[in-house]
Amino acid sequence: MNNELMIEVEGLTKHFGATVALAGVDFEVPRGAILGLLGPNGAGKTTALRIITTLTMPDGGRARVAGFDVVRDAAAVRRNIGVAAQDATLDETLTGRQNLVMVARLSGLTQAAARRRATELLEQFELVDATDRILKQYSGGMRRRLDVAASLVARPPVLFFDEPTTGLDPTSRARVWEIIRGLVGEGATVLLTTQYLDEADELADRIVVVNHGLVIADGSSAELKARTGEARLEVTLSEPRPEATVALAPFVLGDVHVSHDGRRLRGRVRSEDGLATTVVRALDSARVTVDDVIVHRASLDDVFFALTGQLKSGTDETTGDPTAGDELP
Amino acid sequence: MTVTTRPAGPPRIRRPRPHRWRAKVRDVGVMTRRNIVHIRREPLQLSDVTIQPALFTLLFVYILGAGVVLPSGGTYVDFAIAGMLAMNLVTSSMGTAVGLSTDLNTGVIDRFRTLPMWRPAVLVGRSVTDLFTSLVCATIVAVTALAIGWRPDAGIGQVLGGFALMLLFSYALSWGCGCLGLVSKGPESAQGVGLVILFPAAIVSNAFVPTQHMPTVMRVFANWNPISAVTTACRQLWGSPNPSAAVQTWPMQHALASSLLWSIALLAVFAPLAVHLFRRRTEN
Repeated sequence: MNNELMIEVEGLTKHFGATVALAGVDFEVPRGAILGLLGPNGAGKTTALRIITTLTMPDGGRARVAGFDVVRDAAAVRRNIGVAAQDATLDETLTGRQNLVMVARLSGLTQAAARRRATELLEQFELVDATDRILKQYSGGMRRRLDVAASLVARPPVLFFDEPTTGLDPTSRARVWEIIRGLVGEGATVLLTTQYLDEADELADRIVVVNHGLVIADGSSAELKARTGEARLEVTLSEPRPEATVALAPFVLGDVHVSHDGRRLRGRVRSEDGLATTVVRALDSARVTVDDVIVHRASLDDVFFALTGQLKSGTDETTGDPTAGDELP
Repeated sequence: MTVTTRPAGPPRIRRPRPHRWRAKVRDVGVMTRRNIVHIRREPLQLSDVTIQPALFTLLFVYILGAGVVLPSGGTYVDFAIAGMLAMNLVTSSMGTAVGLSTDLNTGVIDRFRTLPMWRPAVLVGRSVTDLFTSLVCATIVAVTALAIGWRPDAGIGQVLGGFALMLLFSYALSWGCGCLGLVSKGPESAQGVGLVILFPAAIVSNAFVPTQHMPTVMRVFANWNPISAVTTACRQLWGSPNPSAAVQTWPMQHALASSLLWSIALLAVFAPLAVHLFRRRTEN
C-alpha cells in the first residue's frame, strides 16, 4: 500500500505546431512523496503538469493519477486532485471567501460544508483579515496563498503546485513550505514545479530535471549532487603572490581566477578527500601564506548548470541574475 | 452531495461518480450566482439592459412615430413596442458573447476545468444569467412603454405570453452569441462582430416600420427574418396593429408557430455547438 504509485507518467509527448514541448517524459511518484519537477523556462514543466491535471491532451504516451488514466478517466482524476496553477486561476471580482466557497461547491461540498471549509482555510493561510476583500485588492503573496488554499478545499490525495512560491517574500515562502510538508505528513502526494533550486532541495524527496521536453536527470537531491563530482575552491591569501596561481594549477580544472587585488583565487576542482589539506600544503611549499580556504561542494545550482548547460535560472529572480554567472568560473 | 468534509486523516482515493441531475443543477446555480455577483460589483455592465432600452424606446417611438403612418391603422406606440422589445432583447443577447469571451481570457476557466464539476455548467450558467438580465430589459421596456401610452388590447395571460415568447427567442439567440464569444479572440471583438450581425438584422425587420414599402431585397429578408416572426407573434398576442398580417409569407401567416420553431432550431443548433466549441477552445 505504501509503495502504491499515485502519479505515473510514461513516454508523454506533446507538440504545439512545430514546437516540441514534451519529447517523451517518464517519471513516477509513490504515495506520500514530494516530487520536484525542475527545469529552465520552456523546458516543458508546465505542459507536463497541464496534461497530468487533465487540462491539456497529450499527443502520445500516458499518465495516470491515483490509478486513473488522465485521458480516459479524466473525471475520476479530477475528483482526486488539487491544483494551484501558475496563472491567476481564481475569480478577480469575487472575495477570498466567495472564491473558496465556489471552488468547494463545484467540488461537491454542500453549502454549509463549503462555508466551514472556507473559514478553516482562510484561518490556516492567515487570510482572515482579507476574507471579504475582492481579489483585485490582494497582494501577490496573498493571492498565491489563496491559490494554494483553493487547491486544498476538497482535501484531495494528490496535489499539484506550479511554482507555488514564485514572487513570495521569504516569510510567506517558508509558510507555504510548512503547509506542503504538513500535507505530505497527512498522507498527500505532491508534485511541484519550481525554478528555485533551494526549494526543490528543501522539499522534494525526488527531483526530476527536464530540459527541451526530456528528463535529463532523476534522483534525490544528494544523488544529483554526487553526479557532477565537482567542487569550487576559493582561497584567500594574506598578500597577493603570483606563485600561488602556479601552485594551485595542478588541482584546478580549467583556469584559476584571480581577483583584482590579487588575494582571492577561485577555480573548479575535482571533489576528493583531504582536498583542503592538500591545497594548503601545496601553497605552503610555495611559501604562500593563506588566510582562508573554502571548498564549496556542488550545490543543486551547479548540478543544474552542468545538466542543462544554462546559468541557474531564477534562483534569485528578485535581485536579478548577473551574480549567478559571476559565481561560475 | 458527493463529498463532505472529513476529519483530517490520510486522504483516500475517490471513485468516479456520474453527474446526477442534482449535481448539474447545483453547478449551474453556482456559476449563475458567480455571474450575478459580478454584475452586482459592476452595475454599469447592466446599462445596456436598463438605460439603453428605456432610451431607445423613447427615441424610436417619438422620432419614428412622428413620420410613420401604419397601413393597418392604430397608433405607432401600440405598433412599436413589440419591435422595441425585440430589438432590445436581441442586442442584449450579445452580453453572452462578451461574458463568455471575458471568462475565457482569464485563468479561472482552468481552475473550473480541474474541478470535478459538470463542465457545460459554465455555458448554461452564463445563459441563465443572461436570461435574468433579459428579464430586467423586458421589464424596463414594458414600464417605459406603459408610461408613454402603450395599452395592449389583450388579457394579461396573452400579454405575458408575448413576453415569454420574446424571452425564449432571446435565450435561444444568446446560445448563438455564446458560440460567437467562444470563437472570438476577446470581449471587444465579440462585441464588435455581434453588433455588426445583430443590429442590421434587427433593423431589417418589421420591428420599426411595416415592411410593405421596403426595397425588394430588404422586404424579402425582413419578411423571413426570425425577428419579424417573434415581433408579429407578439403583436398578434397583444392585439397590436399588425401590418404584416397582410404579408403572404408562411412565417408572417403563422407567426406564433414560426417563432417557436426558430427558437427551437437556434437552441438545437447552437447549444450543442457551444458545448463543442467550449471543449475545443479549452482543451489545449
